Order: sequence, then structure tokens, then C-alpha cells
Amino acid sequence: MASSDKVDSVDYIKHHLQNWQVCKTDEGWVWNQCQEAGFWTFNVDSLIFSFLLGVLFSFAFWKVARNAKIEKPGRWQSIVEVIFEFVDKSVKDTFHGRNPLIAPLALTIFVWVFLMNLMDLVPVDLLPWLADKFNVYALGAEPGHTYLKVVPTTDANITFSLSIAVFLLIIFYSIKVKGIGGFIGELTLHPFSSKNKFVQVLLIPVNFLMESIGLLAKPVSLALRLFGNLYAGELIFILIAVLMSAGIGGIVGGGIAYMVWAIFHILVITLQAFIFMMLTIVYLSMAHEDH
Amino acid sequence: MNINATLLINMIFFVGFVWFCMKFVWPPIMKAIKERQDKIAEGLAASERSQKDLELAREKASEILRDAKGQSAELVDSAKKRHAEIVDSAKDDARAEADKIKAGAEAEIEQEVNRAREQLRAKVATLAVAGAEKVIERNIDDAANNDMFDKLVEDL
Repeated sequence: MASSDKVDSVDYIKHHLQNWQVCKTDEGWVWNQCQEAGFWTFNVDSLIFSFLLGVLFSFAFWKVARNAKIEKPGRWQSIVEVIFEFVDKSVKDTFHGRNPLIAPLALTIFVWVFLMNLMDLVPVDLLPWLADKFNVYALGAEPGHTYLKVVPTTDANITFSLSIAVFLLIIFYSIKVKGIGGFIGELTLHPFSSKNKFVQVLLIPVNFLMESIGLLAKPVSLALRLFGNLYAGELIFILIAVLMSAGIGGIVGGGIAYMVWAIFHILVITLQAFIFMMLTIVYLSMAHEDH
Repeated sequence: MNINATLLINMIFFVGFVWFCMKFVWPPIMKAIKERQDKIAEGLAASERSQKDLELAREKASEILRDAKGQSAELVDSAKKRHAEIVDSAKDDARAEADKIKAGAEAEIEQEVNRAREQLRAKVATLAVAGAEKVIERNIDDAANNDMFDKLVEDL
């Protein structure tokens, strides 16, 4: 009994951490059999939620933007303007160049990442349970074979897609502002330099190694920070949900723990969205600086 | 945590959302905020200006009031002076008129007196002649009588 409980719990957790996937194999496109499939796998749930939340952000803000009033801003416009001024201030404090891309980029990252993180506060079993029921009754699937992860930012693909896009922008603006020579010089002539030509040549590989690691660390840390925080948070929600299966005491204790963690998580999801936005601004501002 | 093609698709989403935000969301809202800020700044400046205008107007009004008071005092002064003048000249005129009338009356009286005197003289002469004729009837001394007559006439 105890060992079967344990297996159930492990299965439950594994089930929750499994994406709804589609991939290309030798037999064509298959669903949820993608352990060996390699790169051409799509996490359908991450993409659907990420897309829907992005569309929600774009549509809601576009609607406000279209009806923006100067004299009497409505309730939604006031909320949107608060976010705008917050983002605008963050950008202006950090980024001193003139680039019309930075502020909308920061706003999109902040709101989109925030919304994706916010999915973490949806009760952990609710949407997967609904999806399972839907698949069983509407599509005749076997129960327990529906996979759904509702928090896109607990998928490293999503966080890396954002950070790599930011990384490409860093490289683009570095080259645009400093020229290709300037960019290569930045990678090879710092932090060690020498007046002696021979010593300088010897130092170039060392510098290049250090600067490359520094440069590559930016997108990796950006993506992993967000992913790690949200993944851990999601995992704790799942563990608390497991706890709830342990009788009446488990339900009460688990319920309280779930609530406490959810309240604490409101801070985490906002903070992570803010950090992602802020670091993006900082990195791009560094890319614009000419030494 | 296995990286797969999800990343590429989501990157396309990302680019799309950022483009949309940059094109259709950021500029209009920022414009609205900017315009409102301008409007508020304008309103504040206008209120300050009108405050200053009010101050100026108040100063001007008090100045005008002060001027008016001064003018009215002057007016009252000059009116008093004029009043005194008029009274004086009226007095002078009246006195002159009175003098004239008095002079006229005196002249008339003199004329009357003279006339009466003439008449009296004429009558006295006749009376004297009649008296003389009576005296002559008794005493004819022409020379002595004539003297007496002349003297009589002079005395009148």
C-alpha cells in the first residue's frame, strides 16, 4: 500500500511535469511519444498558452491604446498607464540612448512574462483535469494520457526563446553601434591589454575566452533564472497537491500551505518578470555603450 | 528541460508581439500621456499667469482709486476756491452797484435840491421885488436898497 502510494505520487509529479508534445518521428508526426524524438518536437501546451497570453496582452493594450483619452482616462487606461510609466521610467533610468525599440520590448517582456508566470496561480490540477475530462469524453482518449503544463515559463524552451532573442539584439546593436571591428575589439582587447604588441597577441585568446563566457552567460542566466524560479515554484505547488492526498490533515495543511505559497508566489512572479525586463534593458544599454 | 523546436516558434511569437507593441500600442498611449502632461503644465502656467494678472489688476485698481481720491480732493479744493472767488466778486459787484445807485440817488437829490433852490431863488427874487416895491413906496434910496437886495439874494 505504502509503496503503491509512493509510485502514485511519483507518477503524479512526473505526469504534471510532462509537456503535451507533438514530434516528427520515422512514422510521421506523433503525439506524446517524443522521448527519443530530438529537436523537432513541439511543446504544444507551452506554445498555446504563451501565444494566447501574448495575444491577450497585445489585444488588451491595443484596445486601450486605440481608445486612449487625454482628458478622462478610464479605469483600464489608468492601469495601463501605470504600467507604461513604470516601464518607461525603468527604461529612461537605465538606457540613455535613443532607440524606439527598447521601451516596447521591455513592456512586452514585462507584461507577457508576468502573464505567463501568472498561470502558476491557477490551481495546479484544474486545467489538466479539465483537459483530461475533455479528451476522455469528447475524443475517447484513455484517462490519464492527457498531458498539460499550463505555465509556459516552466518550460525552458519558452524562457530561452526570449533570452536568445534578447541575445541576438545585444549582438545586433553591439555591431551596429560599435561596428564589427569595435565588437571584436571589445571581445578580445579587454580586460587585459598591454602596450607591448607581442604580449597583447598572447592576451587575445585569454580575453576572448573570458569575454565570450561573459557574453554567453547573459542569455543563459536570463533564461535559467526565470525557468528555475518558476519551475521550482510549480514543483512546490505539485508537492503540496500531493500532500493533499494524505487524508483530512493533509487537505487542511496542504490547503494552508498552498495558499501561503500562492501568496508568496505573487511576489515571485512579479519580481521575475521585472528582473527579466530590467536585465534586458541593462544588457541592451551595455550593447549601446561605446568604450 | 530539453530544448526543442518550441523555442523557434515561440521566438517568432515574441518578435511578433514586440513588433505589434512597438507599432500599435506604445506610440498612441505614450502620446496620450505626453499630451496630458503638456496640458497640465500649460494649465499650471496659465493659472500662474492669471494669478499674476490678477495681482497687476489689483495694483492698477488701487492706483486708479488713489488717483481718483486725489483728483476729487483737488476738485473740492478748487470748488471751494471758486466759491470764495464767486462770493467775493459778488460782494464787489454788489458794492459797486450799491455805490452806483447811491451815487445816482445822491446826484438826483442834488439836482432836486438845486432845482428847488433855483425855484426858491426865483420866487425869492419875485418876493423880494414885491417886498422892495412895498419898501420903495415908502423909502426911495436905490443904492441902499440894491445893496440890501443883493445881500439877500446871496444869503439864499
